[in-house]
Amino acid sequence: MLVIKDLHAKIDNKEILRGINLEVKPGEVHCIMGPNGSGKSTLSSVLAGNDKFEVCEGSATFNGKDLLDLAPEDRAREGLFLSFQYPVEIPGVSMVNFMRTAVNEHRKYRGDEPCSASEFLKLMRDKKKMVEIDSNLTNRSVNEGFSGGEKKKNEIFQMAMLEPKLAILDETDSGLDIDALRVVANGVNKLKSSDNATIVITHYQRLLDHIVPDFVHVLYKGRIVKSAGKELALELEEKGYDWIKKEFED
Amino acid sequence: MAEDQNKILDEVTGGEYKYGFHSDIDMETIPKGLSEDVVRIISAKKNEPEWMLEFRLKAYRHWQTMTTPDWAHLNIPEIDFQDIIFYAAPKKKPELESMDEVDPDLVATFEKLGIPLDEQKVLAGVAVDAVIDSVSVKTTYKETLAEKGIIFCSISEAIQEFPDLVKKYLGSVVPHGDNYFAALNAAVFSDGSFVYIPKGVRCPMELSTYFRINAINTGQFERTLIVADDDSYVSYLEGCTAPMRDENQLHAAIVEIVTMERAEVKYSTVQNWYPGDKDGKGGIFNFVTKRAICKGDYSKVMWTQVETGSAVTWKYPSCVLQGDHSVGEFYSVAVTNNHQQADTGTKMIHLGKNTRSLIVSKGVSAGKSQNSYRGLVKVAKKAENARNFSQCDSLLLGDQCGAHTFPYLEIVNNTAKVEHEATTSKIGEDQIFYCNQRGMSTEDAVGLIVNGYVKEVINQLPMEFAVEAQKLLQISLEGSVG
Ligand SMILES: Nc1ncnc2c1ncn2[C@@H]1O[C@H](COP(=O)(O)OP(=O)(O)OP(=O)(O)O)[C@@H](O)[C@H]1O
Ligand SMILES: [Mg+2]
Repeated sequence: MLVIKDLHAKIDNKEILRGINLEVKPGEVHCIMGPNGSGKSTLSSVLAGNDKFEVCEGSATFNGKDLLDLAPEDRAREGLFLSFQYPVEIPGVSMVNFMRTAVNEHRKYRGDEPCSASEFLKLMRDKKKMVEIDSNLTNRSVNEGFSGGEKKKNEIFQMAMLEPKLAILDETDSGLDIDALRVVANGVNKLKSSDNATIVITHYQRLLDHIVPDFVHVLYKGRIVKSAGKELALELEEKGYDWIKKEFED
Repeated sequence: MAEDQNKILDEVTGGEYKYGFHSDIDMETIPKGLSEDVVRIISAKKNEPEWMLEFRLKAYRHWQTMTTPDWAHLNIPEIDFQDIIFYAAPKKKPELESMDEVDPDLVATFEKLGIPLDEQKVLAGVAVDAVIDSVSVKTTYKETLAEKGIIFCSISEAIQEFPDLVKKYLGSVVPHGDNYFAALNAAVFSDGSFVYIPKGVRCPMELSTYFRINAINTGQFERTLIVADDDSYVSYLEGCTAPMRDENQLHAAIVEIVTMERAEVKYSTVQNWYPGDKDGKGGIFNFVTKRAICKGDYSKVMWTQVETGSAVTWKYPSCVLQGDHSVGEFYSVAVTNNHQQADTGTKMIHLGKNTRSLIVSKGVSAGKSQNSYRGLVKVAKKAENARNFSQCDSLLLGDQCGAHTFPYLEIVNNTAKVEHEATTSKIGEDQIFYCNQRGMSTEDAVGLIVNGYVKEVINQLPMEFAVEAQKLLQISLEGSVG
């Protein structure tokens, strides 16, 4: 589904990603961990097509297409979804209008007719239930004045609405209370199938208790320096990153 | 609403002005230039009574003594008044019974514009008094209105049929001495609309007039007069588009509104004149004087405008709040792109006691355009407890455009409470990227954000107009980002 080869990216002439290799297959859950500033969010931004970052080397293909060649909106329409670490507020734009536009753009890309008003409202209702999001939130402007946790829930709601093939969840768990964490994780699990894949970026094992990864990768200084099964996360939780840093520096 | 919005978004392709075409309707024009003779010819052609000719001549003589105004924040080339045709009427002005008799070319023009002169729109409850260039060609639904005693006709017709009403109110709100363009308009106005709502009558439908500049080099000088008698209500819509042109076209309209005791008038405009091409060539010059007087106690006037067109816009719909407890509201969206210049705003003149005014102005600037808000709030000595609240927001797209806010206050009564809030914001790259990541193109994202930003104003428009307005916003900002 996603194949990343030797990906390098920089901002302001500072190289942040320094040769990423990663392959994600349908049905898999990958977890990326790593110390602050190691490049996790940069990787997700680059994959989503944020042109703040310049890709200087390497390739990424998504379902056989050259991902780096696609406009960000086309990457989204191809089924790539990013749950932002810091979701953006868009004052004045209602969640309903926003989602309606997004959903219909996806449909148009697939050659489907736009959703009728009643179909759309039903879809909203179903997905709201699925991710247990408060109706009040979807009646407001996009993320405007949302609490940190509410913003994260809203990301998962949008993911549910758009049913992506590959979802990248960038620290979706940070800022969530204990109940919300379970709700969000349940939402993600409900959306999981053998056709789609998830990349979770997190610092904590507690999310991985709910969303169980097939692989755990450690990103450090712009490279994936260690990959293993889910037990790696437990080991990191216990020992921290020092031993990996040491291994890497040696 | 969301569905319409998406339809709109879908429709938006290509960057050129959509309504730029020119239909070949026969025009009966008089020679270029302005003189006392031209004024007489215009009056004679319209078969006007003596008092009307006098009205025009007085204005013309006054205009000759005036000089072009100080152009505020605008950069305007000299206008050669001797190079303008001051009157054009479709030939053979016929008395028409039904749509079948209307010049098919004209019908086609209306259809290209999507103007609802057709049956469907009539069923939707909109009476249309279509003005093509200078003379009203067709008025629908007049009978229904007549049953309620409502007069809705062209101003030329009103001069013939209701001379007393016209004599009493024409020029009573905007006298010819008011400004340079008001004088010019009073001298040469060709046509426009007249509305009279009798005491206690609520007009059962939105009254709508579509203006359209259609003849090469013909300045357009409409004159609209709306009188709402005690306890009456009317909502009036004005919208316009113009064909693509190479020369600048002058437009100087006057709108006068009078409200009596407890009467309410809502006046909504969607203005979409040719703004000139990407380099600022061509385009309409729009100098409009719009003013309402709330004569009666507890009367109310609401101006709502969406301005996306014109090369140059100079326009300050105003309210004179004379009656005690009278209310004036002004909701405005002004969008400028490329080389457009807009200098708009409002004047709220508080004369009566307990008068209130509200100003909501939303400017959107893109390209190399300049967008200025200029608002005057004046509270006279006798206006006890006057209240005003002004909200002036500017949204910038890119960094080559300008937004300016000039609030003026003249307050000589210390019981007045006047508040002014202003904000300037930019559409952030992170907002655009967020929308991109959800599958929207940058252009659609900008459309969505801009429409969200102006929602407060658009919501004041009647439904079908709101849709049109959103479409215009989207079209006029095409190519302004990315
Ligand atoms: N716009 C920018 N300008 C300069 N440096 C940047 C910019 N954006 C990111 N960086 C740098 O790139 C590095 C990687 O940042 P990134 O956000 O990808 O880290 P992260 O792994 O997601 O960290 P965290 O766990 O704290 O979220 C950091 O050193 C950061 O300061
Ligand atoms: Mg991060």
